[in-house]
Amino acid sequence: MKSLEELKAIREQMKKQLDIRDQSDSNIRVAVGMATCGIAAGAKPVLAAFLQEIDRRDLRGISVTQTGCIGVCRLEPVVEVYVPGQEKVTYVKVTPEMVPTIVADHLVNRQVVTRFTIGAAEQEEKA
Amino acid sequence: MKELSLHLLDIVKNSTAAGATLVDISLTETADHTLTITVADNGRGMSPEMLAAVADPFTTTRTTRKVGLGIPLYRMAAEQTGGALKLESTEGVGTTVTAVFHLEHLDCPPLGDLPGAMATLIQGSPGADFRFSHSTALGSYCLDTREMRELLGPEVPLDAPEVFSWVTGYLQEQESAIHT
Repeated sequence: MKSLEELKAIREQMKKQLDIRDQSDSNIRVAVGMATCGIAAGAKPVLAAFLQEIDRRDLRGISVTQTGCIGVCRLEPVVEVYVPGQEKVTYVKVTPEMVPTIVADHLVNRQVVTRFTIGAAEQEEKA
Repeated sequence: MKELSLHLLDIVKNSTAAGATLVDISLTETADHTLTITVADNGRGMSPEMLAAVADPFTTTRTTRKVGLGIPLYRMAAEQTGGALKLESTEGVGTTVTAVFHLEHLDCPPLGDLPGAMATLIQGSPGADFRFSHSTALGSYCLDTREMRELLGPEVPLDAPEVFSWVTGYLQEQESAIHT
């Protein structure tokens, strides 16, 4: 059984990593749309997938936040990625299956996954 | 919304958006298959006029557009099962939302992934505290983020991925202990 005591272990583990984390000036931010529209479209498992993937790969310097509705409810779940010094990237109709690719390609290797972006979705709608 | 836990996730966000520092969420399932979900916060509360209008889909405080569906969808879900939604609010004191569901009703959505919904709430508002309790005929449990903070200390924020994983796993175990 899991117990509250395990939180102490998390604390000890994170204390060690704190110094490393402070030194990184390149904090990446991932914002998952979690308004009524996002939740109804399946944003919760997407958020969980990001957090689990970051935890699993033990990545540092990435913060995951929840945000409101940005006004494109039809394209939810929407995820915005902010890399310092780069333009914001908006991923749309995100599924948990897409998350490991976004984490590996974009968050780790800084290569935008163009086929998942809002730009690609709009091209498709026009075609 | 396919699950009651998603409705819960949605409406508790109203509490944190209203500046609540403490949200008490309790689920009580009785032997006659009635589920009562209570969300009580210490946010800024609502005026009697707003309280009367809030279940109307064309009422919202947001400025980007004129519809707000959180409370209306939640009320519909409760009423479809023969249950009801009750809103109580006092300006400057807080708001309490009580929903009653009849679990055996054909139109009752499944409870769904409650551990995931609670972990998401805690992760989304690391500045607020949550007290979450769930009781069934088989037993009950409670998780209080104030206790978690004490153990995690100032170094670890509640929105850390490690904490999210722990909350999800912990609540999954607690849930299976109170359901057959």
